[in-house]
Amino acid sequence: MNDIPAEGAACPAPCAKPVLDVRRLRKSFGARKAVRGVDIAVCPGEIFGFLGPNGSGKTTTMRMLCGLLTPDGGEGHALGHDIIRESRHIRLHVGYMTQHFSLYADLTVRENLLFAARVHGLPRPARKVEQTIHELGLGAYADELAGHLSGGWKQRLALAASTLHDPHLLLLDEPTSGVDPAARRRFWDDIHALARRGMTVLVSTHYMDEAERCHRLAWFYEGRILACGGVDDIITGSGLVALEAAGEPETLTVLQRTVQAALPAAQCTWMGEKLHISVPKELRDRAECLCREYGAECATTRPRMEDVFIHLVRIQDHAAEKAEAAS
Amino acid sequence: MSRTNAARPEAPREISIMGKGGRMPGLRAFLLCLHAMVVKEFLQLLRDRVTLALIVMIPLMELVLFGYAINMNPRHLPLAVLSADNSPAGRAFVQALANTRYFDIRRLVRSEEEAETLIRSGKAQFILQIPPGFTRDVYRGLRPKLLLLADATDPVATGSAVSAVSQLAIRTLGHELAGPGRHLLAGEPPFQVVVHQRYNPAQETAINVVPGIVGIILTMTLLIFTAMAVTREVERGTMEYLLATPLTPVEIMLGKIAPYIIVGFVQMVIVLTAGHVLFGVPVVGSLALLVALTMLFIVTNLALGYTISTLARTQLQAMQMAFFIMLPSILMSGFVFPFAGMPGWARFLGEFLPLTHYLRIIRGILLKGASWADVRAEALALAVIMLTVMIVAVHRFRRTLD
Ligand SMILES: Nc1ncnc2c1ncn2[C@@H]1O[C@H](COP(=O)(O)OP(=O)(O)O)[C@@H](O)[C@H]1O
Ligand SMILES: [Mg+2]
Repeated sequence: MNDIPAEGAACPAPCAKPVLDVRRLRKSFGARKAVRGVDIAVCPGEIFGFLGPNGSGKTTTMRMLCGLLTPDGGEGHALGHDIIRESRHIRLHVGYMTQHFSLYADLTVRENLLFAARVHGLPRPARKVEQTIHELGLGAYADELAGHLSGGWKQRLALAASTLHDPHLLLLDEPTSGVDPAARRRFWDDIHALARRGMTVLVSTHYMDEAERCHRLAWFYEGRILACGGVDDIITGSGLVALEAAGEPETLTVLQRTVQAALPAAQCTWMGEKLHISVPKELRDRAECLCREYGAECATTRPRMEDVFIHLVRIQDHAAEKAEAAS
Repeated sequence: MSRTNAARPEAPREISIMGKGGRMPGLRAFLLCLHAMVVKEFLQLLRDRVTLALIVMIPLMELVLFGYAINMNPRHLPLAVLSADNSPAGRAFVQALANTRYFDIRRLVRSEEEAETLIRSGKAQFILQIPPGFTRDVYRGLRPKLLLLADATDPVATGSAVSAVSQLAIRTLGHELAGPGRHLLAGEPPFQVVVHQRYNPAQETAINVVPGIVGIILTMTLLIFTAMAVTREVERGTMEYLLATPLTPVEIMLGKIAPYIIVGFVQMVIVLTAGHVLFGVPVVGSLALLVALTMLFIVTNLALGYTISTLARTQLQAMQMAFFIMLPSILMSGFVFPFAGMPGWARFLGEFLPLTHYLRIIRGILLKGASWADVRAEALALAVIMLTVMIVAVHRFRRTLD
């Protein structure tokens, strides 16, 4: 696990017939390598997360999957079609919700939905639209210009527009950024409802807590996948363990300094009054020893996603440095 | 692993069916998509108050501006008199000319060379030449000729003055000829005015301009409106959405062009009606033919504008490119300068401009009563230009965001 191959972590699908299966996807914009070798396989009905900081290549990858960008390299299939040569066919069955609101701000909610229904050739588009408006509870806003809606409603509208034609594969690019917590929760409930109906959903986010809501996720960093799998798999696979130290604040402060000096691989974070320490599991005993030495109470806990991420990034950066030094 | 597997439902759909279904093949899908696109563009156009206002205001404004330029009777044009006959009738006529206020009598010149220099340098726009023995010949009823030499480089300016002079010939000498020559007042004018147009023998006159304005207005507005069509979507971020739909480049192009066909039609009606009512532009030929060919011209311009918008990266760039076409259209189509008077290379380039062909069509039909057979070649040229730019547009339309 500690050795991430240069092309990123593999991400095998836990099913025989993945809806989406791409390998070694690459894309550069000029000298900027946005995506440098991404492998993803997604199963039918799965909610698959793209987690990663801004600029890590999530949007670029999604655009390549629905044919909006041509990959520089790599290959794969989506919905039974080649992603490079048959992107037109894929597009018919893909719903894509862009990161920034991209419906027509100068059309009303109803007009936007009608447009979406018609371009997808839905039979009885008007009826379908009324039904959707009703289902989403958008009735009060049906004749509002889309540009006048609040962030949360815009997102719901965009989701409705991208799912009107019952796509087999739904790509959602940071659908919950800038949306309040209640709307966020409702949005995730919608996503789960869609997945239960059999839609395969790819959703990107930079909120760590949203990772828990995905069946599996790929962790993007600088155009590569650092880790892939379910949240538990990723945490277990990282080889990290975590301790929670409780005691006098002064004691904990000294403990923090000592741990960081003695174990460079450890991460210490304050969680309220407690000190959360995560270390690779081979260092667990030493960390526990230090805890006891300083008279802090020490309990085992689950490593946090952040710990895992920072740990993986360190390994990755270290590997990149080594590769650079070697060349 | 177990947690995720348990949470995931069984795949309800087989991948194998996913390739089928979806978009219906052929014409029906095409028409449905086109319909979606046209409705969308129409609604957006209707919401865009500024553009809507421009659609009506531009033709009216231009027509009024150009129209007054046409109707404005230029006054006080410099005139020099070359008189070989300092007689009462000659002087009376010169006085009458001055009284029309069309002319400023700048000088009396003695020699033809002097007169020639004046007109060539632009110091005089007219030379009135009174022949020797003018008065005498008038009284003899010989109807002598007065020569008016006009610098017609600007036919709009000289046209009305020239016609004023011709009118004068009939009335001027009424007073002088009272008494012995009274019989000369009956019947034909006592002398003739011969006008020589210099530098612009074709004598393009004011009536020529209104049909031209139809073409200019359609070129300017339609080119600008559609030049933004694609770049606007890109700049507003909606292109990403549009590209992710199953719409094809042809559907997007036609959908974007369609609403403006009506815009162009409205503008044509405004300008032609106003031109006819306000400026008395005749409709000699078939109006139906004119409307049909104007539609062709409208679509050609829209296609050209749309092509620009597929080439430009920003709205500003699109505007600049539109101007890049508009300027030669105004200058090299025969609107401002007579086409026949341009040098060969300019005429060659002019043939590539839709406006050049349209001007021939509309002037031909409105003023000369041209028939389909007369304008067929021009219509064909328009159609070729239209198809060529459409092919370029569809080809150049970026299906991806690369
Ligand atoms: N059209 C583009 N032109 C140039 N650079 C781009 C373009 N799109 C993305 N990038 C660059 O590629 C990198 C990855 O971007 P992106 O895929 O948008 O990341 P994310 O969606 O994870 O925030 C970023 O550094 C970004 O600046
Ligand atoms: Mg992004």
